[in-house]
Amino acid sequence: MSKLYSGAEIVFKCLEAQDVEYIFGYPGGAVLPIYDELKNHESIKHILARHEQGAGHAAEGYARSSGKPGVVLVTSGPGATNAVTALTDAYMDSIPLVCISGQVPTHLIGTDAFQECDTTGITRPCTKHNWLVKDVKDLSKIIHKAFEVATTGRPGPVLVDIPKDIQFQKTKYVNSIKRKKLNGKIHNKFNQGEIDQLVKLMVNSSKPILYTGGGVINSGPKASELLRELVSLTGFPITSTLQGLGSYPGDDNQFLGMLGMHGTYEANNAMHDCDLMINIGARFDDRITGKIDEFSPKSKKVHIDIDPSSINKNVKVDLPIVGDVSEVMLSVIKTLKKKHPNFASSNKEKTSKWWEKISEWRSVNSLNFINSDKTIKPQHAIQRLYELTKDKDTYITTEVGQHQMWAAQHYKFNKPNRWMTSGGLGTMGYGLPAAVGVQIAHPDKLVVDIAGEASVLMTIQEMSTAVQYNLPIKIFILNNEYMGMVRQWQELLHEKNYSESYTAALPDFVKLAEAYGCVGIRAKTPDELDEKIKEMINVNKPVIFDCLVDKEENCFPMIPSGKPHNQMLLGPNDQKENKITGKGKTLV
Amino acid sequence: MSKPKSAYSIPGKKQKSDTHVIVVWVDNEAGVLARVVGLFSGRGYNIESLAVAEVDSKLNISRITIVTTGTPQVIEQIKLQLGKLVPVHKVADFMRGDKKIIFKEMALLKIVGNNVKRKKAIKFCKKFNPVVLDKTNKSVVIQITALRREIDTIMNDLKKTGLVSVSRTGAVAMTRGAEVFK
Repeated sequence: MSKLYSGAEIVFKCLEAQDVEYIFGYPGGAVLPIYDELKNHESIKHILARHEQGAGHAAEGYARSSGKPGVVLVTSGPGATNAVTALTDAYMDSIPLVCISGQVPTHLIGTDAFQECDTTGITRPCTKHNWLVKDVKDLSKIIHKAFEVATTGRPGPVLVDIPKDIQFQKTKYVNSIKRKKLNGKIHNKFNQGEIDQLVKLMVNSSKPILYTGGGVINSGPKASELLRELVSLTGFPITSTLQGLGSYPGDDNQFLGMLGMHGTYEANNAMHDCDLMINIGARFDDRITGKIDEFSPKSKKVHIDIDPSSINKNVKVDLPIVGDVSEVMLSVIKTLKKKHPNFASSNKEKTSKWWEKISEWRSVNSLNFINSDKTIKPQHAIQRLYELTKDKDTYITTEVGQHQMWAAQHYKFNKPNRWMTSGGLGTMGYGLPAAVGVQIAHPDKLVVDIAGEASVLMTIQEMSTAVQYNLPIKIFILNNEYMGMVRQWQELLHEKNYSESYTAALPDFVKLAEAYGCVGIRAKTPDELDEKIKEMINVNKPVIFDCLVDKEENCFPMIPSGKPHNQMLLGPNDQKENKITGKGKTLV
Repeated sequence: MSKPKSAYSIPGKKQKSDTHVIVVWVDNEAGVLARVVGLFSGRGYNIESLAVAEVDSKLNISRITIVTTGTPQVIEQIKLQLGKLVPVHKVADFMRGDKKIIFKEMALLKIVGNNVKRKKAIKFCKKFNPVVLDKTNKSVVIQITALRREIDTIMNDLKKTGLVSVSRTGAVAMTRGAEVFK
């Protein structure tokens, strides 16, 4: 007879079989049997967060930077509800997470027991799937299936809720890692006919553009290589969504920069005027499309995505191709090479006018800003950070707001998995715990959280985690004392009624850093910025960098609400030319 | 309209809505109905009627029939989103007007009144396979099967014959002929 294992032991046997190295979590009554078992499994290290949301975001940072699923372990009730923000964030940005939550013992479920909540009910709309384990015999099968659901197809979070009595009960362990398709949910449904159609469209196009997204990152490093090959093979211009940054080198000439609400002038205009749009692993998010009715009116649209429900959801496309973007790009490259060798050079003339047009748009230099020698401009701070860290294979996380957009605009990424930001859900407080997870996955790399002072205060407690595990993360705060993006919208849309967007009584971040046992650095003027950034990089400890920036700088360019791509607001330079006075900021 | 004060775009033109019957084959497990129904409510789709029961006890399969209204784009999304749910095996979609499909709803009607009224009520129901399930000297319970509209009409007619209570199911659907939806 084979050995009997407790539910808690089975959890770890499954995690070991799945090659899990790190769990991000927080203990509590209903998961104590699992925590008790931790000591017997040396290959798995537990990272103690200071809040379950932090554990969840750390697991996201780990997953996004390593390509492996993140594992979260929380207790019942508040443990589970605190993890909901991170699960929703992972759901929106397609990050594979496996969350294991404790639950009150089976016989108490439904009695409003201490720390009971309907965890599977609460997390149903923010996970790909979830399970309440009612029989210990199902446990190993469910956990293995959970990993499979989280990592296959369009990745996402899953949750396994395990009542405390199940954690104690004993049964046999069944190693059931399967590579079987789930209920016939096949992910590569495309055929050669569709590839041929796409190639035909590419050959006939005189104003093409590639629009790539997070799907390229999620498809693995090979997808980024294939994308680079595709771009050089076609000579087409390429733009990327916020989540796709890094899949194509940010400093390459064919790259037009990020598109969307705060995207570059050339990227958005090219999207609007193109005759062929090839969407690779992006989802026509409303921050990207602007006004749907006037979105890229003259183009044929191709959408390559692993998730069939992403296709035709927001924008009707002419040629949908359902499949893993790597596989599809590989087929396209093969077909293109076979049918049209030397395509890039033969196509050069056809697209030359298009490239001229793009150069015109580029010459507007839409990311430009008026620098100052008295106050640090936030864009300047990011540019300096980029210049001083670009040779280091740096990993960047961000919070949400103006600083996030400036980081996306001014920090150039060359490799995938180096850029972790909360795009879909827009979770303030994401970046600090995400940086913890990234540093766990890459202990010797430089990890910087580009933050705002408002966002970072939402999860500042995770500095304590960073200190505990000697994680030398750098929290680079662009401190303008405002919730900058809220203030910007209030300035543009609500007659400068800055309702509750100013944070009075901010902490002294340098002293706060010291209180946590890490290093605090403050930069006040442009002169000292470089020195201080270098100091930050050279400290082998967690650092909170308080960069005091211009309080009223706005993030440009920008597509105002309800406007199409070709009606962008440019920065204050643009206003001066249009002779709009009043600091050049009253725009709308 | 003055300029929109919103960080979101204004709604575009609305397409025409149609009524569809969506049939979903699912694993009969805890919470599966909540997943399907939650998908509808969470994404703002509407449910006109719903019928669900196990149809294969060996394979543990339930069949859910949902009547919903939406633009072609919304109906397409409903099908694709349902298809992504882990316990969902297959999804079928029929237009309500489709001649190849049989739709039926069942209703139980309780009539309280004298003999004349009760007889009249049964007569009204004649077209819809009435079955008298219970009768006393004051009341009768009639079962009918018909389309939604027909039941709506008959309920109106039966008001004057002493209709006091109605219980209705959601629609169920099946293809005509020898074909089976794969």
